[in-house]
Amino acid sequence: MSTNVNEVARRQADGAMAQARGGRTAESAIRAPADVYEDPDGITLVADMPGVSRERLSVRVDGDTLLLEGTVQFELPEQAEAVHADVRSRLYRRSFVLSRELDSAQIQATLKDGVLTVRMPKRAELRARKIEVKGS
Amino acid sequence: MFGRLMSPQSSLVEDFWHLQRELDDMLADGLSSSGAIRSSPRGSFPAINVIQTPAEVQVFVFAPGVDPKKLDVSIQQGLLTVSGERQIPVHEQASYYRQERFGGEFRRAISLADEVDPERVDATYREGILRVRLQRREAARPRQIEIR
Repeated sequence: MSTNVNEVARRQADGAMAQARGGRTAESAIRAPADVYEDPDGITLVADMPGVSRERLSVRVDGDTLLLEGTVQFELPEQAEAVHADVRSRLYRRSFVLSRELDSAQIQATLKDGVLTVRMPKRAELRARKIEVKGS
Repeated sequence: MFGRLMSPQSSLVEDFWHLQRELDDMLADGLSSSGAIRSSPRGSFPAINVIQTPAEVQVFVFAPGVDPKKLDVSIQQGLLTVSGERQIPVHEQASYYRQERFGGEFRRAISLADEVDPERVDATYREGILRVRLQRREAARPRQIEIR
């Protein structure tokens, strides 16, 4: 039984590598690990997408959904054979539902060394205001 | 493996998860030379892919957001070790909803047997992937044996 499982695993690794070379087979996307934090002015999302270049990254808002997609481009030599593959897909995808106080027109995204940072500011009129309590 | 299914104490749900884990491990081990002593559990940072051609072995280390100066790549007796540190700035004033990204020191080792030439190694870091190219020794390259 374990031989069969190994074969399946090897086929999967070969498949991922074939796709990385540009083959078209249905593949499941990697859920990019992300950090999300909020400060008084907005929400910041940081996601790991190693191997994705600016040209192959898409950050878009559709209705109230923020969708992140990126494709890894490997330049693999001919005759390459997969020996070990932790990463079995070249497609990253992640989506988040935005809340109303975020100003989707002002979203800014930066990509550096495979790390995507998306800054989503709150609408100025909806930012929480701290009410100062004055002493008498 | 099936013995566990018969165990009267364990619930069916636990067995299901156990089998699921076992299958996952088998799938993972199938690719990493069946549970090598220095192998890391699934999901460890950084992820690694290894490919080979008749002439070379290439190791892809998925290490986004790492300062290349803090990456250490070494090879000794066919064991390639990649270690380093990824610093994740923590914004003290902010409130966090999710912290899925790995932060801190890491180390991963890949056994390439004795077939690569430690003198001919080339490493580049681009878009968060460290790519290490190693030349296979002449003696380790596949050869076609001529049949007379």
